[in-house]
Amino acid sequence: MKNRRTGNLAAAPHVVWSILFIIAPLLFVLYYTLTDPEGGFTLENISRLFTGNYVLIFLNSLCLALIATVICLALAYPLAYLIASMKQRRQKIVILLIMLPLWMNFLITTYSWMTLLEDTGVINTLLAKIGLDPVHMINTPGAVICGMVFCFFPYMVLPIYSVMAGIDPKLVEAAKDLGCSDAQVMTRVIMPLSLSGVISGITMVFVPSVSTFYISQKLGGGSFQLIGDTIESYFTGTAINFHFGAALSLVLMVLILLSMAVMNRFTDEETAMERRPML
Amino acid sequence: MEKHKIIELKGICKSYGGEKVLSDISLDIYDNEFVTMLGPSGCGKTTTLRIIAGFEHPDKGSVYFDGKDITALPPYQRHVNTVFQKYALFPHLNVYENIAFGLRVAKRPEEEIREQVKEMLRLVNLSSFEKRHVTTLSGGQQQRVAIARALINKPRVLLLDEPLGALDLKLRKDMQQELKNIRKQTGITFIYVTHDQEEALSLSDRVIVMNAGEIQQVGAPIDIYNEPVNAYVADFIGESNILDGVMLEDYKVRLAGHTFDCVDKGFEANEPVDVVIRPEDVDVVAPEKGMLTGLVTQVTFMGVHYEIIVEIDHFKWMIQTTDYVAPDSRIGIYIEPDAFHVMKKSEYSDLFGDYSSYSFEHELLSENVDEEALEE
Repeated sequence: MKNRRTGNLAAAPHVVWSILFIIAPLLFVLYYTLTDPEGGFTLENISRLFTGNYVLIFLNSLCLALIATVICLALAYPLAYLIASMKQRRQKIVILLIMLPLWMNFLITTYSWMTLLEDTGVINTLLAKIGLDPVHMINTPGAVICGMVFCFFPYMVLPIYSVMAGIDPKLVEAAKDLGCSDAQVMTRVIMPLSLSGVISGITMVFVPSVSTFYISQKLGGGSFQLIGDTIESYFTGTAINFHFGAALSLVLMVLILLSMAVMNRFTDEETAMERRPML
Repeated sequence: MEKHKIIELKGICKSYGGEKVLSDISLDIYDNEFVTMLGPSGCGKTTTLRIIAGFEHPDKGSVYFDGKDITALPPYQRHVNTVFQKYALFPHLNVYENIAFGLRVAKRPEEEIREQVKEMLRLVNLSSFEKRHVTTLSGGQQQRVAIARALINKPRVLLLDEPLGALDLKLRKDMQQELKNIRKQTGITFIYVTHDQEEALSLSDRVIVMNAGEIQQVGAPIDIYNEPVNAYVADFIGESNILDGVMLEDYKVRLAGHTFDCVDKGFEANEPVDVVIRPEDVDVVAPEKGMLTGLVTQVTFMGVHYEIIVEIDHFKWMIQTTDYVAPDSRIGIYIEPDAFHVMKKSEYSDLFGDYSSYSFEHELLSENVDEEALEE
């Protein structure tokens, strides 16, 4: 009993924090979505989402974020496996190197990508030096994906690596002992056991990718709009409209929650299948 | 009929970072026998097992299976399976799928897998557990799953790496019996690694005593106990009083200032030797009837018998007797000629003395340390 009371007391700052900075803002978003500038109840903000090209913007954002996430996963999974099989000391060094870009300001990282990808940027200058035609890279979806992958890559590697490093090497030996070749060890032991890391990696890359506005502004150059940019423009731009911005945010949040739910169902099914006796 | 050699090790050497773990191990293992590799932690027994399984490669020497050189074969191409010390069950699979693993990898038909798994579950007495998740099982149950998982591949040889090390005493005894039964039912060769000498003696057809990367002695449990080749084996297997002696001539050995009749021969005249006398082979008699007399310094009740420490001529003997003897009393001892076991002097001769520093607590302590070292 006493423990529970001290436990409650210890949780109090967190509860206050959550209410002030998580629950309350969410309620504000909901309030703004459902009201007009005069404070009256309206559904117009939501119905407006289906006009113009907002649906297309949503689809575009989801699509780019998805591509960036898939690329991150494809690059990070083998890398995480490689790191986890290194010697302990080397593991620490490589992880440090992967985390290094996170220490740098995110805006600076994006600016550096601009200087790299511009028509007269570092890459094109180099191409010209060796006598090749310049390639137009900046302000393309490719550049935006590139920026997303670079910025969010560590968030994919770290969770996968930490799950893989926790896999008992004896399990690999046991699998080999029972007849698994190296490839079969991968598909039958390593992959199913690292699934939880993959799921959190995907979450941690997909969510910021789908809602980013800075990367798409700087590397997309406003040539196409993503949902993050759109939301930002309603809060800071000339066409300021908190109510419609809130509606966009709310829908984005719902979409993200839905994709997370789908993914969690997918993993639940996976584990449920494994636990079900094969009849 | 000549017994069929299933595994042969020839001149195996292995070092890690310049430290020799195995030096020149040669060993034959026959079809359908229960062989135990016994030794303290760090003696190289587990490394030997891992070389047979294919997880380690010897620096020098070869491994033969059924007459064929398999030194370079990866583990998955060998007809041996391993039961790991900490079970190493797959945490993402249930009991059924853990056991079925080997057959699934081999892409056997579903029908066959179901039959085989059911049979294995029966063999290890876990029939109602197939849907259980392995993390919800007790240590003993996990061990059974590990055994079933290894046996389903129908290996010719089963390797067991301290499989009962993590179980409590009672459960360990039950599992020992069960292992014996399983071996009898399956007829598979078992190679068993343990540091528990009692386990080794009670389970095996043959025991291989190892120390410091070398084989000390290979033989049936009773021969190893009664005829240890050197002071190391005598001390490691059971309790022993190891005394310096001189072999005067065949059947005459002199120790503790007296000359005794014995049954050993073949030594040179006046050759210095080690003499082993097991504590249970010494009879306590009245002082005037004894071959030697001494002062009882310590008496410990062990249940079936008393363990007493007797000081004779500055050497502390351990004697096991069923009759109570009072501490600080003088007693005589009597030893039958066949209770003396005479051994040539070896590198271990001076390492094992009397029981002057012996205490039961100390023994327990060192056992715990041993097990902790194994956890590493």
